[in-house]
Amino acid sequence: MNMLYTAVLSLSSHWRHRPGQLAMLAIGLALATALWSGVQAINAEARGAYDRAAAILGQDQLSRLERADGRSVPLADYLALRAAGYLVSPVISGELRDSAGRLRILGIDPLTTPEAAQGPALDSDDFDLAAFFTNPGLLLVTEATASGSLPTNLPPLAIAEDVPPAAAITDISTAARLLGQTDPSYLLVSPTQPFGLPAITEATELTLSAPDTANDISRLTDSFHLNLTAFGLLSFGVGLFIVHAAIGLAFEQRRAAIRTLRALGTPLRTVLLALSLELALIAFIAGIIGILLGYLIAAALMPGVAGTLRGLYGADIEGILRFDPVWAISALLITWLGAGAAAVQAMIRTTRMPLLAPALPRAWAQASGRAIRLQALAALALFALAGGLALFGQGLIAAFLCLAALLIGSALCLPALMTAALKILPTRNAFSEWVLADTRQQIPGLSLALMALLLALSANIGVSTMVGSFRTTFLGWLDQRLASELYVTAADPAEAAFLMEAIRDDVDAILPIVSADQRLYDRPAQVFGIIDHPTYRAAWPLLAQTSDPWDQLATGNAALINEQLARRENLSPGDILPLAGGLPIVGVYSDYGNPNGQAIVSLNRFTETFPDAQPFRFAIRINPDDAPQIATRLREEFGLPPDAVTNQAQVKAFSIDVFDQTFRVTGALNILTLGVAGIALLTSLLTLANLRLPQLAPIWAVGTSRATLARVELLRALGLAILTFVFALPVGLALAWVLLALVNVEAFGWRLPMQLFPSDWARLFALALLAAGLAALGPALRLARIPPARLTQIFAQER
Amino acid sequence: MLVANRPIAAKSNGMTNTLLDIRDIHKSYGDVAVLSGVSIGMEPRQTLALTGESGSGKSTLLHLAGGLDQPESGQVLLQGRDIGTMDDAARAKARRDHVGLIFQQFNLVPSLSVAANIALQARLAGRHDADFCAELADRLGLADLTNRFPEQLSGGQQQRVAIARALAPRPALILADEPTGNLDEDTGDAVLSLLLDLVSDTGAGLLMVTHSPRLAARLSHRIHLSRGVLEGA
Repeated sequence: MNMLYTAVLSLSSHWRHRPGQLAMLAIGLALATALWSGVQAINAEARGAYDRAAAILGQDQLSRLERADGRSVPLADYLALRAAGYLVSPVISGELRDSAGRLRILGIDPLTTPEAAQGPALDSDDFDLAAFFTNPGLLLVTEATASGSLPTNLPPLAIAEDVPPAAAITDISTAARLLGQTDPSYLLVSPTQPFGLPAITEATELTLSAPDTANDISRLTDSFHLNLTAFGLLSFGVGLFIVHAAIGLAFEQRRAAIRTLRALGTPLRTVLLALSLELALIAFIAGIIGILLGYLIAAALMPGVAGTLRGLYGADIEGILRFDPVWAISALLITWLGAGAAAVQAMIRTTRMPLLAPALPRAWAQASGRAIRLQALAALALFALAGGLALFGQGLIAAFLCLAALLIGSALCLPALMTAALKILPTRNAFSEWVLADTRQQIPGLSLALMALLLALSANIGVSTMVGSFRTTFLGWLDQRLASELYVTAADPAEAAFLMEAIRDDVDAILPIVSADQRLYDRPAQVFGIIDHPTYRAAWPLLAQTSDPWDQLATGNAALINEQLARRENLSPGDILPLAGGLPIVGVYSDYGNPNGQAIVSLNRFTETFPDAQPFRFAIRINPDDAPQIATRLREEFGLPPDAVTNQAQVKAFSIDVFDQTFRVTGALNILTLGVAGIALLTSLLTLANLRLPQLAPIWAVGTSRATLARVELLRALGLAILTFVFALPVGLALAWVLLALVNVEAFGWRLPMQLFPSDWARLFALALLAAGLAALGPALRLARIPPARLTQIFAQER
Repeated sequence: MLVANRPIAAKSNGMTNTLLDIRDIHKSYGDVAVLSGVSIGMEPRQTLALTGESGSGKSTLLHLAGGLDQPESGQVLLQGRDIGTMDDAARAKARRDHVGLIFQQFNLVPSLSVAANIALQARLAGRHDADFCAELADRLGLADLTNRFPEQLSGGQQQRVAIARALAPRPALILADEPTGNLDEDTGDAVLSLLLDLVSDTGAGLLMVTHSPRLAARLSHRIHLSRGVLEGA
């Protein structure tokens, strides 16, 4: 123990001597932990919200009875089941929406709700049970929901736990009144039924659905969370580059001390144990800092993520981060694992280090040409794997594996490419010859940092190209799709019908917007009913179609489906859609930003299939010059609130806002990753600055000023950053292709054309130069100001 | 003042009368035979100079004597125990407990102060005696330098720290590999005088590798290696 303690003290004295290096190690670990754990915290919080939503009213435990066509359950069916003795409980579910906000309403019958439904506690002393059951009723909501944007004219609210975000639980009679629906949406089935009754499926024609183990939202958002996880992993990896560089340097500088300790009688295992203990302690402290940073990052990004999930998937999470000790402990374990992984090489070298070998201070920086060739070969193998996965891979995991193989392969072949590029650069004189030769010699030492920079730059180019392509396509698509001049939202279907009738003669056309939720292929989907109008023929570009699709649609015996549904279910024009007894598909339309399947049928067919669904929104076609006048009339003459009548530009602005919100988190992670890569470069340059004095001292001695040497160091870093950017550009574009052609198709169900954005590259190029310049500035300034005595000391030590 | 004659109490480590018994050892690196059938015996308190030209195998012999390396054949008995066949941990323990090493390159731990460097091996061996370390520092003229770090010392001062470190755990055997090789003649002479005085006071044996016949002559015995073979004793 005494020996171990002495060994730990002796080895860790290195850090007291070089606090900057310790700071780099801690910063690397803390950043890696922060970015990884921040992303995990966001994912955990969102998934927790989905689980809470899934568990509400026992959906995750209780079976339900519902109609196969998705319509509400006739009250008579419910009463018949109760009369027969079955323990079932009605639920009315729907959404209240107006210009002020929206709220999901869940109406329950507390007297018959099964115990397993675990609804909010209504039996506590301070709960006003009478208000819950009597008019105007009481809505139970969480505190966050109560403080959010809610529809107007709601009954009183009461704060309760165990209610999903953006939803309210109320008595079934209140829900029926609010939603204008008398029949239950579905019936909850108690897990234990009275003895002697036949199976409930024999007593009714309703369909029995098993409890949801993974709800739809969780399934829908998986790709978003996988995306975040991939980014978190990339940031973690880039952070570990810093850790690896710092540990590698510390190992190199302590090589002699380790050898001395061993020569003085410290067994190898004690040295390894001492190094491990020391690293575990540093990782613990850095991990705690990283967890705090990660929590702050997650808390800062959480509102954006909540907006993204709401906008893109309609998933409600509260946008507030809770502190979860399990998350903190797992983040700490990840820090230890990461530190261990980064230290493996140094530990193996310690194990293999012969006791008697002379100290080679630059051995670490001098990876052999053989190692570089091996890396290049591994890179080729990874490129082949990426190609194979791109051509033959199936599913989102294969797409992400393809991305990983592409990125790791690119990073591995960087040293070989860079060495080759430096060999073909022309030289003008002996000095420039020395600069190039010296730069080539530095490549192995800097390679890890340059790889980190390459990864960050490629990710940046790839993601920005994907987002840019998506945005351009999306805007073009919006311009086409949002063809109507005005959009009106009425308070209810009756008002909508009244308004449509009132203005019919003053406008060119009225296009009702009506939809119903329906499960297609066992996934949530929406069905829209439209009238036959030239607007649709002109504004809905079809990706695939039969002949005369719009004419066929107008007959009521055909359907159009969106690209997502077509890709997911491998449908094409001519196939039969299982809707309204089976409708042939006559066309496929693009539908960016929608995670769900969607189908369009004629309004007549829609009304037959979904008699309960009535339009409360409609679009108006009118001469654009007359649009403001009709909007004013709707507001003033019919008393519509300002938000109920929106023009094309407002809808477009809202859609673009939702789009930009969606990629805000990705953009933030992108910048953070680039920052981490900059720090990795700084760590490596600081490392080499210390090791390189013996190389620089002779050049100084033969007549090169310290200022010139410092300038060369700065220019060299900039030059290497430029070369890295040049290599990162094609990698980034390949990455963008994988994201657009593979990941997007798998994750969202749509494919986008790739577009190039050279102005984004120029901005990134400037950022890369800035990062490299800032990283190199410190070491260069130190070199410019180094006392000559320190350089002459090099000669004294070189015996 | 570098030389002091105050006696230092020796600690008995002896298990047998023979301190070091090297018997017919062979060692080669690849195809090159470095040592061929070398045998040496050393009694406690004996000082032995090992001379020879560059590449004759002097340092290799010293390393084998200290358990830093293992012979291909033959025995290295340190106080009667064959350290040549021990595993790494056992050889490390033997070094820690019985051997003090002094290198030409000093091999101090740069991040430890002079005081911590002097105490290092004694602490590792669990035999740290703060008074004894202070006494060694005092006798070696390092008393005012104990808070400094190795890079702040001259070559002669660093070698004196290395000598103090080797003596601090009171080892039975001191192995010195050209301890004055990096020092000028005067400083080298002074350092050697100190080393010999302290070795004599602590009762340790000394096996010292040197190129210099002049320095070798100051030790009680001398042997010469030529191409891996012992020429005389």
